[in-house]
Amino acid sequence: MTGTHHAGTSPATDYEVVIGLEVHAQVVTESKMFCGCSSRYSGAPPNTLVCPVCLGMPGSLPVMNRTAVEATIITALALNCEIPEFSKFDRKNYNYPDLMKGYQISQFDLPFSQAGWLEFDDPANPGQMRRAGITRVHLEEDTATLKHVRDSSGETYSLMDVNRAGVPLMEIVGDPDLRTADEAGSYLRAVRQILRYLGVSTANMDEGAFRCDANVSLRPWGQAEYGAKVEVKNMNSFRSVVRAIEFEMVRQRDILDAGGRIVQETRGWVDDRAITVTQRSKEAAHDYRYFPEPDLPPIITPAAEVERLRSLLPELPDAKRHRFANAYGMTSDVADTLTQTRALAEYFEQTVNLSDNARAAANWITRDVLRILGTTGAEIDQILLTPAHLADLIKLLDTGTISVRTAPEVLEEAVNTGSMPREIVQQRGLGQVSDTDALTTAVADAIASNPKAVADYRAGKATAMGFLVGAVMKATRGKGNPGLVNELLKQQLDG
Amino acid sequence: MGAPGQPAGHTRHMHVTREHLVGISGDLTALTAPEARDLLVRRQISATELAHAVLGQIERTESQVRSFITVTADEALAQARAADVALGGSDPGATPPLTGIPVALKDLFCTTGVQTTAGSRILEGFIPPYDATVVARLRAAGAVFVGKANMDEFAMGSSTENSGYHPTHNPWDVSRVPGGSSGGSAAAVSAGQAILSLGTDTGGSIRQPASLCSVTGLKPTYGRVSRYGVVAFASSLDQVGPFSIGVEGSAMVLQAIAGADPMDATTAPFAVPDYRSTIRDGVKGLRIGVPAEYFTAGMEPDVERLVREAIQTLTSLGATVHPVSLPYSEHGLATYYIIAPAEASSNLSRYNGIKYGLAALDEVDMTRAMDATRQRGFGNEPKRRIMLGTYALSSGYYDAYYRKAQQVRTLIKADFDNAFASVDVIASPVSPTVAFKMGARTDDPLAMYLSDVCTIPVNVAGLPGISVPCGFDHQGLPVGLQLIGKAFDEATLFRAAFAYEEATSFHRQRPPLAEQADSEASVNQAAMGAGNAAGGPQRAPHA
Repeated sequence: MTGTHHAGTSPATDYEVVIGLEVHAQVVTESKMFCGCSSRYSGAPPNTLVCPVCLGMPGSLPVMNRTAVEATIITALALNCEIPEFSKFDRKNYNYPDLMKGYQISQFDLPFSQAGWLEFDDPANPGQMRRAGITRVHLEEDTATLKHVRDSSGETYSLMDVNRAGVPLMEIVGDPDLRTADEAGSYLRAVRQILRYLGVSTANMDEGAFRCDANVSLRPWGQAEYGAKVEVKNMNSFRSVVRAIEFEMVRQRDILDAGGRIVQETRGWVDDRAITVTQRSKEAAHDYRYFPEPDLPPIITPAAEVERLRSLLPELPDAKRHRFANAYGMTSDVADTLTQTRALAEYFEQTVNLSDNARAAANWITRDVLRILGTTGAEIDQILLTPAHLADLIKLLDTGTISVRTAPEVLEEAVNTGSMPREIVQQRGLGQVSDTDALTTAVADAIASNPKAVADYRAGKATAMGFLVGAVMKATRGKGNPGLVNELLKQQLDG
Repeated sequence: MGAPGQPAGHTRHMHVTREHLVGISGDLTALTAPEARDLLVRRQISATELAHAVLGQIERTESQVRSFITVTADEALAQARAADVALGGSDPGATPPLTGIPVALKDLFCTTGVQTTAGSRILEGFIPPYDATVVARLRAAGAVFVGKANMDEFAMGSSTENSGYHPTHNPWDVSRVPGGSSGGSAAAVSAGQAILSLGTDTGGSIRQPASLCSVTGLKPTYGRVSRYGVVAFASSLDQVGPFSIGVEGSAMVLQAIAGADPMDATTAPFAVPDYRSTIRDGVKGLRIGVPAEYFTAGMEPDVERLVREAIQTLTSLGATVHPVSLPYSEHGLATYYIIAPAEASSNLSRYNGIKYGLAALDEVDMTRAMDATRQRGFGNEPKRRIMLGTYALSSGYYDAYYRKAQQVRTLIKADFDNAFASVDVIASPVSPTVAFKMGARTDDPLAMYLSDVCTIPVNVAGLPGISVPCGFDHQGLPVGLQLIGKAFDEATLFRAAFAYEEATSFHRQRPPLAEQADSEASVNQAAMGAGNAAGGPQRAPHA
């Protein structure tokens, strides 16, 4: 795609900035990519989730994890990719101690998918979408982790944990279609949201389950060829991705402005100094010597299998957002909020189904439920307040059983105890008094004990009515149905 | 635990006796696997005495042959005792088919708790925590493991001189090589140091040493036998296979090890036929293809003569001979020496001292320690092939070398497909020459590589091939006949090879070195006669 230009936010206004992102996402599976070891390594003692295969023992062989392959293809379908019938794994050869076999099993020229696209919020035009091409989504294996240690005597050594080695890793390669750092951030959020919607990855960046490398280059406006590309690594938050790209744009612009030329290289983002530094020059770049993995047969994905996987796709964030806005008549902001996660959207729709009041459900969720999640740090499916609870509360309000004033108290009790709002109202006697007889007495008392207000009302002072309603409510400790109280007062005063 | 055999002369059934099979000498190391099975099941011999016989033969001949990197005598005797318990049960015939039969394993099969070096110093001290699938299957079949056989380092070689430990000598002439890379496995069976052995064949590494040592050696179809736990040389070519005296022993081993393995995605999901049920069906009507291209210039006249005589013998048994053409086989060697080193350069990357084996701990820096480990641990041949393979896969050269080689591979395969449209097996020499003198080709890699010119195309095409003894040249050195089969048609190879061996006696001839040991061996063997509960060599001969 050619892309529209958003020079406004760019610190490199004399040049067009070209950005392409490579996202690595760990795939959620029970077992690792090529062996039966558990892939849930988080929190496990070092080197406890290992076997001859993921340790790269002599003679060990990989066996493909079908679930990871399906997760990759489903992701590719969600990113509008083509799924070729014939695919294969390749070996990417390089030497590093965290690489158990001396090569990584990856995919080179025939990946599981290619030529897709993704739409994301245009940060320069709120409410508008931008589209970026997806080059490919392929599957590979994660490496072990190294920890470099310096002991008290100053000696340095490295510790290795092989638990992570062989965990399936999906690589989503984006086309160089992004033009600003903010677009990169928006694109990343869209990718993460889709991965989470599909349930194929936790996509948590701080846990290392979601990583991003950025390819950044500059070119004079109007020039067709790309400038020399710099690959930036080591960003460990969305914020650092945006900051690293912004830094790199300025650094490259300054070099070009000074008449220099950009060196094609790999640079690392140093977060505490907020700069990028040279890691590896093009001359020192690896020749990975890719060749087809002889230990794994090629993978054939017939069209029928692609269609079966496509049928498993859930409604994606974008579609859901549009449907919410249209079907429930909500603003795009509210629709956006309610579709943040698939679980929240489902919570909303279940509440609507049970309460038949979308507007109330949206209000309660965007206001109170999200506040509860924010203060407790809990996930939507972890709180005691289920859609059934919320729907119950909404119905109590809609039928006039409780007043708007008592609702927050009921909600709080339901959140804390998990009791149904109906039961809470009953136990605490919080129901509105709509009993005409009981209220008639309270109304008569109020009229009798407030002659001045009655006189004022009869003299035409509108505020006097409010005073009398307040007196009745006080007498019924807030449980009087305000509409009914009004009606009864008028009857007795006017009658 | 005692040997549960019947006392001599008190066999309950009128079956073949021990004396009938083993002969007056009583040398159990001369038994074929089916003979040993028969005697064990009928309790004419015990597994313990058979293990003692084989271990005794190792003790007597090993200094001349040097077949082993590791001899596992204690483990073997323990396994033999367990086998005797099983054979002592109510139905010894129901025991697993290799119960109590001594087997040598090429030292690249991972064996739980027993050092596995692949013939390389870089794996010295590596004790695998797991069994290769084939080892596990042999274990389940009751085999007794006598040791880990010597080999060319990482199976790279044709003489077993490239071992990082010591060369192995040909039992027929200890000044000559046994072939390779499975030279230790071939020599061990030839010298009676094991009844059976297991090797691997990437370009001829089973068939060529089988030919040079006058034993039967089978390279099964790629995908027939699991490679899990087999130290990899060239993954798309490596295949595990047996050595035996006599064809039936190889059939017994293949029966035990063949079949799909969930741990090896390249194994084929096909059922394994009962090989011994068709092995005696003869060759009447069998169509044998003879490719002119495999009788090359540079072939020793005796080799060509003996192979052609062998084909003649098969026709006299009812087979028919048809000329076939395999023109692309000429490029087999070149193709192989791109693909195999390319895969090897990658397969050998994992040996860097970080996880197992040799580690250059004197180096302070991580990267330098990895480099130094590889510099010190690998011998010249692996280094040569790592360089060749790295070059062939390098960016800018991939298309000209690796991709081109894969294309030629397809053509070589197509040649065989064409030929097999009109024949059932293809007959050729195994090696253009008999066993050569030690050191004769060590300084000339290309001459060494040419040892496998007739076997390599079979690996490149992924087909099964068997080497059977077909005579001796004018110096008394063994020659082998190669029979190549259709994919997954090992049954026909066994049938043809068995018919040939039944009509000849070459396979029963033993190297003098093995026989020399007999006078001594027979004393012990007789002393351990059937019914000797201790199974030890302490008693006087009774014959």
